Amino acid sequence: MLFHAFLFYTFAAVLIGAACGVIFSRNPVHAIMFLVLAFFQSAMLWLLAEAEFLAIVLVLVYVGAVMVLFLFVVMMLDINVEAIRRGMTRYASLGIAVALIMAFQLVQLIWLRSGTETLPGAFEAYPEGYSNTKALGSVLYTEHVYAFEIAAVVLLLAIVAAITLTMRKRPGLKVQNISAQVAVKAKDRIRVVKMNSEKKR
Amino acid sequence: MIGLQHYLTISAMLFVLSIAGIVINRRNLILLLMCIELMLLAVNFNFIAFSRHLGDDTGQVFVFFILTVAAAEAAIGLAILVVLFRNRRSINVQELNTMKG
Amino acid sequence: MYNYYLAIVLAPLAAAIVAGLFGSTIGRAGAHWITIVAVGVSCALSLLVLNNMFWGGYESENISVYTWAVTDGLRMEVGFLVDRLTALMMAVVTFVSLMVHVYTIGYMHDDPGYQRFFSYISLFTFSMLMLVMSNNFLQLFFGWEAVGLMSYLLIGFWFKRESAIFANLKAFLVNRVGDFGFILGIAGVVMFTGSLDYAEVFASADSVAAQNIEVFSGSPWNAMTLVCILLFIGAMGKSAQAPLHVWLPDSMAGPTPISALIHAATMVTAGIFMVARMSPLFELSETALAVVIVIGAITAFFTGLLGIVQNDIKRVIAYSTLSQLGYMTVALGASAYGAAIFHLMTHAFFKALLFLAAGSVIIALHHEQDIRKMGGLRKYMPITYWTALIGSLALIGFPGSSGFFSKDLLIEAVRESHWHGQGAVYWIAYLSVLLGVFVTALYSFRMFFLVFHGEERMDAETRSHVHETSAVVTVPLILLAIPSAAIGWFTVQDVLFDNYFGDSIVVNSAHDVLGHMGEAFHGSMALFLHSVQTPVFWLAAAGAFTAWFLYLKRPDIPATIKDRVSGLYNLLDRKYYMDDLYIKGFAAGGRSIGNMLWHVGDEVVIDGLIVNGTANTIGKLAGVMRQIQTGYLYTYAFAMIIGLTMLLSWLIWFR
Repeated sequence: MLFHAFLFYTFAAVLIGAACGVIFSRNPVHAIMFLVLAFFQSAMLWLLAEAEFLAIVLVLVYVGAVMVLFLFVVMMLDINVEAIRRGMTRYASLGIAVALIMAFQLVQLIWLRSGTETLPGAFEAYPEGYSNTKALGSVLYTEHVYAFEIAAVVLLLAIVAAITLTMRKRPGLKVQNISAQVAVKAKDRIRVVKMNSEKKR
Repeated sequence: MIGLQHYLTISAMLFVLSIAGIVINRRNLILLLMCIELMLLAVNFNFIAFSRHLGDDTGQVFVFFILTVAAAEAAIGLAILVVLFRNRRSINVQELNTMKG
Repeated sequence: MYNYYLAIVLAPLAAAIVAGLFGSTIGRAGAHWITIVAVGVSCALSLLVLNNMFWGGYESENISVYTWAVTDGLRMEVGFLVDRLTALMMAVVTFVSLMVHVYTIGYMHDDPGYQRFFSYISLFTFSMLMLVMSNNFLQLFFGWEAVGLMSYLLIGFWFKRESAIFANLKAFLVNRVGDFGFILGIAGVVMFTGSLDYAEVFASADSVAAQNIEVFSGSPWNAMTLVCILLFIGAMGKSAQAPLHVWLPDSMAGPTPISALIHAATMVTAGIFMVARMSPLFELSETALAVVIVIGAITAFFTGLLGIVQNDIKRVIAYSTLSQLGYMTVALGASAYGAAIFHLMTHAFFKALLFLAAGSVIIALHHEQDIRKMGGLRKYMPITYWTALIGSLALIGFPGSSGFFSKDLLIEAVRESHWHGQGAVYWIAYLSVLLGVFVTALYSFRMFFLVFHGEERMDAETRSHVHETSAVVTVPLILLAIPSAAIGWFTVQDVLFDNYFGDSIVVNSAHDVLGHMGEAFHGSMALFLHSVQTPVFWLAAAGAFTAWFLYLKRPDIPATIKDRVSGLYNLLDRKYYMDDLYIKGFAAGGRSIGNMLWHVGDEVVIDGLIVNGTANTIGKLAGVMRQIQTGYLYTYAFAMIIGLTMLLSWLIWFR
């Protein structure tokens, strides 16, 4: 249990540090790297909470796909890093004040309000031989199958939208019109001209 | 005894940090998107914590869907960002004030 | 008879529609033919109805033609009540209207609005018939307003003349004051009886008279008195009784046939007719009758005085009309409804005759109306001269003329009306009508002598063209001159004393002056022979003699008198300053209140403060608020976050 707590606090500390890195780093590539670290630490914490499936999905989907997408974009866009000056904004102080107030409120809510009602205890351990993936799968494909389908459609939509948005026609770009090539008929290619033979003068 | 409250605290800290990030970062749209990802992560923490606390797997299913939607959102958001950059040669948030009538 | 009634009413309406809407198609001749034929049909049928009533012994009929609406027990109907009173009015209206139609062909000969004019007068005839034939208050009000509208349109017939526009607006506004009272009176009738139908209202009249109403708290008024006075205010507007008489002289800005038809013979008598029709109500309130008689007496005497100083031929006759309407009102107030209606009838003939004669003179002199520029027309226009003489004699009540019978008996009825007591009311009424006779004779013959006798004061150019007017003008004059001269002989006995009106006029037995007089009445011849002994005759003769002396024998005297009593002259010349009071007082006051409301109430408060103020405030507020709208995405996100924080604060700390 102590080790468990040690791991939790370690991961949590790294997570918060990484989050701070995301929001304070100068270079967007660094920020993305910090974000990757944050996701990794989250996955670790989820593993500690015995939500194994989601932890793996987080790593695979977020770190593997989304973050790489972010990286691509950042690198593709050729952003002038020097131009992105840091510097506090007009609202920064106010924003931080609001953030602090909210943090205070949340802490108060979590620790002082509810503390008296429910004991801060560990999560109930799963029984032996329990498979988080199997349990999730069994509800995902039965109870939530429609939502699952809709999620699939949402992803499809995202693909279509992303392609539609970023696709562009460049003037002067030479491409083949394949369907036209395939659909061509013989009579479109050659013209048979009938004419009388000319008399010799 | 690491339990619900610890996870909720982590979530709250992540959330507050991402808020601060949104307010502080106004040079770079991409950082805003990342802060939103972070915020969603905080939400996911809450779902998982309560799912475990209540012993109900539905919360985790929710997280699954949130991840899906967040991925889609990130894809579209980045696509918009690319188009924006192509048109304006900049992703500086301060230059994006066309919403002002 | 039902179909006859419908035809009487609808023929002029149909003709008016055809002449008005298709005037350019049917042409000028078509317009006057169709309207004259329609009104002729109407007149013939009306005379038939009158004949049936008079000698045929037909009973009165109360017919409901059409139920327009029923709301909360209140039936709104179109219906005809044709009794002896109505029949008489119908005959008078359609006969005078027919004469005026014919006469108009001559008078309006060169006018570009020829078809429009015929359409208007036919429509007027329709409206007037609706008014007199009505069997309920709603239709009465319809006819009342419709004749008012036609009057408005016809006074302003020459709408390019500023004076005509001023006059028709004035007539309309003054009538509005009267109509305000009238409609309140109708509302009172509905309130107290719950019905608009004459028969039902009259049946429940006694219960109304038993009620009191507190208009101002603490002073209970008899409900019937209130209703009757309100209705009479309507009559004062329409029949031009003081102080609402000011519109009638100005209405002479309209064409002369209109002055004859509407502003002398028919429309202005609508108030008299209405009060006579409402006799079952008025009989129950002696207070209301006292008001009626005093108003009538004041009108009869004081407007007559004004006629003496007028120089416009039509205005002189207009003031005489006012004065005669005052006489009729006095008769109503004395409960001698029959005498009032009888005088109404004779007056319709001789006053229409006088107006048409004046119109004839005006045509002959190329629209010159100033009597100071006339004179000596007798030899140029014999027919007009003789008919005008008959009209004038009838007006002053020369023995034997129609006016003699009606006016002499009217004055007699007032003298007999002792139930008003021997107090001020009685003496005001009696002395006014008595002295009015002298005044009437004076102004009538002043005008007559100035126009037809004496030296010729028109310019040479006009004089060379003066000749008798054409047949369409003179024939109506002659046709009107006959009843003006003679109708009194035949009808006085029947109409006044032989209970001609039957049930259509109800007189309280204590007020029944005509019945009382009837006992001493021995036929028209006896009345005629007796006339020399009455003060009426001598006063009329003195008036005519004075006119002759002042304007023919010693024409220099009037100017001297004018200089001597210039104060009095000015008072009369300015019409007792009534016009000044109304125009500078009420009208200007109304305008200044309106201006104030416009500038302060509308422009500043409503427009400036409320309408534009709202917009400006919102604009300014939005100008401030738009500073928040930076257009930056993060501002909106931040706003959401602040909102979230506040919501959270409320949930955590304040709940």
